[in-house]
Parts: sequence; C-alpha cells; structure tokens
Amino acid sequence: MSRHGYTYSAGKLLRHGLTRGAWPRMWGRPERRDSYEVVIIGGGLHGLATAYYLAENHGITNVAVVDKGYLGGGGSGRNTAIVRSNYLTPEGVAFYDRSLHLYNTMAADLNLNVMLSRRGHLTLAHTDSALRTMNWRAEVNKFLDIDSSVIGPEEVKRLTPSLDVSTDTRYPILGALYHPPGGIVRHDAVVWGYARAADHLGVHLLQETEVLDIVCAGGDGPEGKGPGGRVTGVRTSRGDISSPVVVNCTAGWASLISNMAGVPLAITTHPLQAAVTEPCKVFLPTVVVSGSLHVYVSQTDRGELVFGASVDPVGTYRVNGTLEFTEELAGHVLELMPGISKMRLMRQWSGLCDMTPDYSPIMGHTPVEGYLVDVGWGTYGFKAGPVAGETMAETIATGRTAELIAAFTIDRFTDGDLVGEKGAAAVGH
Amino acid sequence: MIVVPCPNCGPRNSSDLRNAGEVVPRPDPQTASLHEWRSYLYLRENPAGWVTETWYCRSGCRRYFTIERNTATNEIRDPGNS
Ligand SMILES: Cc1cc2nc3c(=O)[nH]c(=O)nc-3n(C[C@H](O)[C@H](O)[C@H](O)COP(=O)(O)OP(=O)(O)OC[C@H]3O[C@@H](n4cnc5c(N)ncnc54)[C@H](O)[C@@H]3O)c2cc1C
Ligand SMILES: [Zn+2]
Repeated sequence: MSRHGYTYSAGKLLRHGLTRGAWPRMWGRPERRDSYEVVIIGGGLHGLATAYYLAENHGITNVAVVDKGYLGGGGSGRNTAIVRSNYLTPEGVAFYDRSLHLYNTMAADLNLNVMLSRRGHLTLAHTDSALRTMNWRAEVNKFLDIDSSVIGPEEVKRLTPSLDVSTDTRYPILGALYHPPGGIVRHDAVVWGYARAADHLGVHLLQETEVLDIVCAGGDGPEGKGPGGRVTGVRTSRGDISSPVVVNCTAGWASLISNMAGVPLAITTHPLQAAVTEPCKVFLPTVVVSGSLHVYVSQTDRGELVFGASVDPVGTYRVNGTLEFTEELAGHVLELMPGISKMRLMRQWSGLCDMTPDYSPIMGHTPVEGYLVDVGWGTYGFKAGPVAGETMAETIATGRTAELIAAFTIDRFTDGDLVGEKGAAAVGH
Repeated sequence: MIVVPCPNCGPRNSSDLRNAGEVVPRPDPQTASLHEWRSYLYLRENPAGWVTETWYCRSGCRRYFTIERNTATNEIRDPGNS
C-alpha cells in the first residue's frame, strides 16, 4: 500500500534491521510556490491535520503549511498527550468524542503506530462541590453515550492502588469521575503521521518560514485589514505568498497572527508547565487528575511519570520553568501518592497556551473573508487535533461551517453566547 | 520568578499579587452598546512586547496599580519612565 508513501510494516523493520538500509525521509523540503489555494499558518497538529483532511477528504492539495520553526515545535511537541471526551457541555462532548473516534483508527489510517493507550481516566473529587460537578459531567456524558460515571473511593483504590484514599488526609478523595476510554497517545507520532500523509498527498510543508503579516484588501481598518475585507495572502520571512484562504493554527501565538488581519481575539497567552521523572517499574494503570490539587499524572510505557498542572497565572510569551511550579507539584503529588517521595524529576518544560474566557476553542470563519481561525486550544487542544482538522477542512472546502464546530464561532463573545467548559478543562487537559 | 514593584510594598514576588490583565479602556456603561461592552469584557490585544497592565496587591496592601511589562521578556518598567 502506498497511500502514504513508503509503508511501514514488520517486514520492513526486519529488512532494515538486517541490511541496515536507511529509512526514507518522512516528508520533503519542497520549493515554495508563489501562490496556493490555501495557506495554513502553524505546523502543529492542527495545521497539519487540516492540510491532510483538505487533501484526503476534499481533494484540495494546492496547500501550504507554513511554520516559523519546525513541525511540532509548539504545543504539539510539548503536551502531556491526554485524550478523553468527558467534557461538560453537549457541544464539547460531541466534538471531542469525534476526535477519539479518529484516534481509534489513526494508526491504520496513517500507517504509523501512534501508541494510543485507552487506559482509563480518573478525575478525583476532594470536595462536595467537585463531586457535584463530576455528577453533572457524568449525566451529560451518559446522555450522549459516553462511557463515564462517578465512582467511590473504594473503586478508585481498586483501579489505582497507589492512590492514598484514607480519610485523614488534607484533601481526602471523596470519589472520582471515571472515563474508561480516556488515555494517552504518543504525541510526536501523531504529528509525524499527519505530516507524512499530507506531504505524500502533495501538501507543501514549509518550515523555518515565519509569517510577518497578513495581506488584506477592502477592510474597515488600516491597510484594508479588519471586518468587511478579504485576505489576499501572507508576507513571510522567505517572501510573499498569495492565497485567497489563510488559516490561523498558531495556538499560543494566535493573537499575534489574528491582529495581522485586524481581527482581535478573546485570548490571552499563558505558559503551561510539565515535568517528567526518572523511569521506574510500571505501577500506575490510569491517568489521574485532581482539579483541587492542580495536578495530573500518567505513566509512560518507559515507566516515567509525566506531570502537569494548570497554567501559570501571569500571561506571557516567555517559556521558562519556575521553581514555584516544581515545589507545588511535588507537594500536591505526594498528597495523592505518598509512595513516590523518593523519585527524582528528570526534566521540566513549558509551552504556550491560548486561553479563552470560556475554555472552549474559537473556530471557523471570521469577519474577514478568507481568513479562518482554529485557535483557543488552551491546555486541551492536542486531543482535538484530528476533529479540528476534519471540521476545518470541511468548512474551508464547502464554505459552510461544519456542524460540530458551529457553537465555537468567533462571534459568540460579542453575541454573549459562551460555551462554558471550565468545569471540565481548567486542570484536566 | 517575576518581581513586581508595588508602589506601597516595594518589590514583591508576582505570586503575592494577582495579574488583572492588560488595561482596556472602559466604555460608559450608560451609553455602550452590548457589542461594545462585550468587546471590552473579552477582546484583548495580547501582544508579545510592552503592555500596560493592572496588578492587584493581593497579599499586601490590596491596592490596584498599573505598570508596563514586556510580555516577551517579563522586564518591567514604570509607566512614568517609558
Ligand atoms: C505542557 C503542556 C501540556 C499539555 N497537555 C495536553 C494534554 O494532555 N492534552 C491535550 O489535549 N492538550 C494538551 N496541551 C495543549 C496542546 O498541546 C495544544 O492545545 C495543541 O498542541 C495545539 O496544537 P496546534 O497545532 O494548534 O498549535 P502548536 O502545536 O502550538 O503549533 C503552532 C505553530 O505555529 C507556529 N507559529 C507561530 N507563529 C508563527 C508565525 N508568525 N509564522 C509561522 N508559524 C508560526 C509555531 O512555530 C508552532 O509550531 C498541553 C499543552 C502544554 C503546553
Ligand atoms: Zn502592595
């Protein structure tokens, strides 16, 4: 099968192992054209998936994905790779669940092992009000056919024995929202899979090409930008590219790009930090999230514990690690799992998150014709990459907003029609 | 760590304060349209560079004050000396 170029298989692995023959490059470095049908800014998962579905589902292949750095260098290469669909609003649940379905068949669809592990996802409740939110989420989830329920401390202990469920702790575990289909995936492989497939279908992946400006005509603002106008192309560090359609998939940098088109966003950029320990014997079978303690943890197949938290409180584009983060993280994790006090942290890192006031994304058309956004992914956008690509591609190809993303329109802020996901997205990414 | 100079309490770790975000001109609630009011509530420039912003001295004097901060470097300067 050569649908995505060079096919990976057990036979190939054996042959390359024996002959030590080099593997072919996963994607090329194409010569930039002066114009494209669609220019996508941002070579993270969202930009790459949008390009792939444009080509695969709609036959639109005259497409460029432009990134100022390398593919997956933004949030897509820095996240903690949690996938789940137990959100709070019906719009959110239906949307994220479609993404889980795409993740299910992704390894076969893209001919690349993305190491999807649906190991179960626990969101702990330490207070009555947290338990109330869990019950609310469980009912919304069940109504939409999502496997999700509230369980008691004994069941939590049975599923994850390393958790301290005793009642004399500072934050006793009163119960949890249990979501068996939730889990983790190998984020780099997902990015590479979409990049390889899009490249093979003819999409141009233009790395180290920074967008400096979006060129518009006919708008209300300066230089023809802003509402009422339309897009004619982009100015990049490697020259101008003309295109009637420009898509903003730049996550943490989304406001900077959108301001170039004269379309302000309801977004502030905050860093989110994560950390990983040295590897140890596998003992943690589920993904564990605690909203009250601002921490979540999962164990990789290599045995490292991967930790995350909520975003840094001060908005900034500077991604440096802080001691506050590690201190708080260690304290809170030991509340949950006192047994790991001797484990050492190996690394900590940080990425930019584009936070919206209602913790839902901003997707689809904007007041500038031909300028579309797929932004506002905050701390939860990795799991959404496949469905975001699929629905953005449909919206671009048909000119009509895909049904699954209708609620996420850019107008909802000024229309006063927010989609409040905070109860399901503030910590558990 | 970001050190924020409170006009009353002096230099403080930012975790002692709350960042209340960039200063956005407040429309007159008597005359503003819903659209103007909601734009004021939600839309932000979110620049990577110098921004004028409000801080709340949460664990100190509990005053609100305004400074300029470079969001690309977290360097801080007084609006007076810019
Ligand atoms: C520490 C951390 C943990 C996370 N954990 C999870 C999780 O467990 N589950 C989950 O679902 N989500 C998680 N997220 C969120 C998730 O990583 C993001 O929402 C997602 O990766 C966004 O993907 P993207 O493709 O939209 O953007 P990105 O992957 O950030 O890509 C944006 C790209 O735009 C490029 N760009 C920016 N400006 C320009 C320009 N001017 N010109 C050209 N290119 C430009 C950048 O170089 C970058 O490559 C986490 C995020 C972080 C930081
Ligand atoms: Zn003070």
